[in-house]
Amino acid sequence: MSIIVEKTSARTRQSIRWRKKLRDDLRGYLVISPWLIGFVLFTAGPMIASAYLSFTKYDVFSPPRWAGLANFARMVDDRLFYVALRNTAEYAVMAVPIQLISALFFAVLLNQKVRGIGIFRTLFYLPSVTPGVANAALWMFLLNPQFGVVNALLKAAGLPTSRFLTSIDTVRPTMAMLSLWYIGTNMVVFLAALQGVPDELYEAAEMDGATSVRKFVHITLPMISPSILFNFIIGLIGSFQVFGFVYIATEGGPANASLMYVLYIYRHAFENFRMGYASALAWVLFVIVLVFTMIQFSLSKRWVYYEGGTEAS
Amino acid sequence: MRPSGTKAKLRHAVRLFRAYTLLIAGAIFLLFPLVWLVSSALKPDGMEFVYPPKLVPDPIMWENFPRAFSAQPLLQFARNSAIIAVFTTIGSVISSSLVGYGFARLRFRGRDFLFNVLVATMILPEIVTLIPTFLLFRAIGWNNTFLPLIVPFFFGGGPFKVFLMRQFFLTLPVELEDAARIDGAGTLTIWLRIMAPLALPAEAAVAIFSFIGAWNEFLRPLVYLAAKDLWTFAVGLKFFIHEFYANWNLIMAAALVMMLPVAILFLIAQRYFVQGVAATGLSGR
Repeated sequence: MSIIVEKTSARTRQSIRWRKKLRDDLRGYLVISPWLIGFVLFTAGPMIASAYLSFTKYDVFSPPRWAGLANFARMVDDRLFYVALRNTAEYAVMAVPIQLISALFFAVLLNQKVRGIGIFRTLFYLPSVTPGVANAALWMFLLNPQFGVVNALLKAAGLPTSRFLTSIDTVRPTMAMLSLWYIGTNMVVFLAALQGVPDELYEAAEMDGATSVRKFVHITLPMISPSILFNFIIGLIGSFQVFGFVYIATEGGPANASLMYVLYIYRHAFENFRMGYASALAWVLFVIVLVFTMIQFSLSKRWVYYEGGTEAS
Repeated sequence: MRPSGTKAKLRHAVRLFRAYTLLIAGAIFLLFPLVWLVSSALKPDGMEFVYPPKLVPDPIMWENFPRAFSAQPLLQFARNSAIIAVFTTIGSVISSSLVGYGFARLRFRGRDFLFNVLVATMILPEIVTLIPTFLLFRAIGWNNTFLPLIVPFFFGGGPFKVFLMRQFFLTLPVELEDAARIDGAGTLTIWLRIMAPLALPAEAAVAIFSFIGAWNEFLRPLVYLAAKDLWTFAVGLKFFIHEFYANWNLIMAAALVMMLPVAILFLIAQRYFVQGVAATGLSGR
């Protein structure tokens, strides 16, 4: 008799616990449902659709036709595909280091404990929040090869002038240089990391007679390495997706020298309505970004230092 | 042990001098383009490219602004951008706060997995989903409306914003919630009445990101809005540049007008903005 009672009560307890768990699950999913629904509708669903479209020919006006691997085969022979890929890679290789080094330099400047530093922080960040289209117009004007103020200043200083955005050799380096003005996010991330380095480490190093350079290399850089990784990945992803500037200021020119990858996809998708080929190109971009991010994460285990010795996700 | 007296004072003065010199040089370098933008927007026709360059326009042409506004319906473009930005902001703040709260505070099976999925979507290039999303919105007849630019932001507002909100909720004490739960308050009530008000600094950061992001956005409005009376400022400005290619003073005036709202918003609320960016960036820890 007593055994049976014990058994049933154990079962009820279990079922109560199970029901409570279910209720917790329901509540949790209800609260995150806006994101979950959005994820299905605007991320996962479109990704599947995009993967499907990449195997079709689709001009929007008639239904998609299955094309097998034709889009990918076409890519192999598409000269402009390689041009766009190379331009984008070359831009990223120049722009990311420029962003990281200059952002770190400005962050170190802004980390000095002097009066009025808040004003400088605001001023340094300001150019980064301004709209890309307005900036594209501004740089076209400033960098005008014949009459622009930048060349006028270079001439006045006795320095060589440049064709900037109007020559096939200088357009990509010029664009990479312009990223100097849009490093606000990287700068603030570095600044927060710099402020998180404990003073005791520097004090201990000073006791041992370390110079500023040694302190920077052996304390600052390892301590802020997670933020370097973060800025690197964000910078790389951003560089691979440059669009507005080249669409407005250079239209991919001169002679396709600034034909960037997303601009190339845009032209196929929204100017020529080749949705199938554009989707295939987009998936290639996604795979490239994914592979680079994964390589970077696995390499980072060797050079990124996480406090407490454990890696947080 | 510190060296005292004049030597230390001198060293301090040298350090200060060096700090301010570098800071001022940095500020001049970074702000020069914007200064030149303002100066050129106020120059008379044909004086934009005079050599040697002149910083202060003579005479100052305030008329350039009304001229730019009457040359193209910039006011209409600004109104369109403002409508999209306001609704984007409302949707992002409400939904990212709720979802961020869920990920930070509620316990349910699959939570950590889903959160990792959310973080992973940060690296997804926008163009991959843009093509099918465009086709979807076109199929339901939302082309040439603001809806494709607004509605998606009511679904979490994007991974960065949810992430930011979650990080903030994680720092709040649990005691308040527990007390409310004992009093019989439901989850949504706790979020709305207790947690959401406590998270105002993070919500302010999300609001600023959302507004500035929507105001500056170029690719999606370009894709979705073909009818000119629906164009945002960004799309309209692109057209403006094309139309008035030689009139750089008018182009600069229009560009300046487009920059002003975000610049002012940033200057007013930069504290929240900067804290928000810093919080997202410290994610690695």
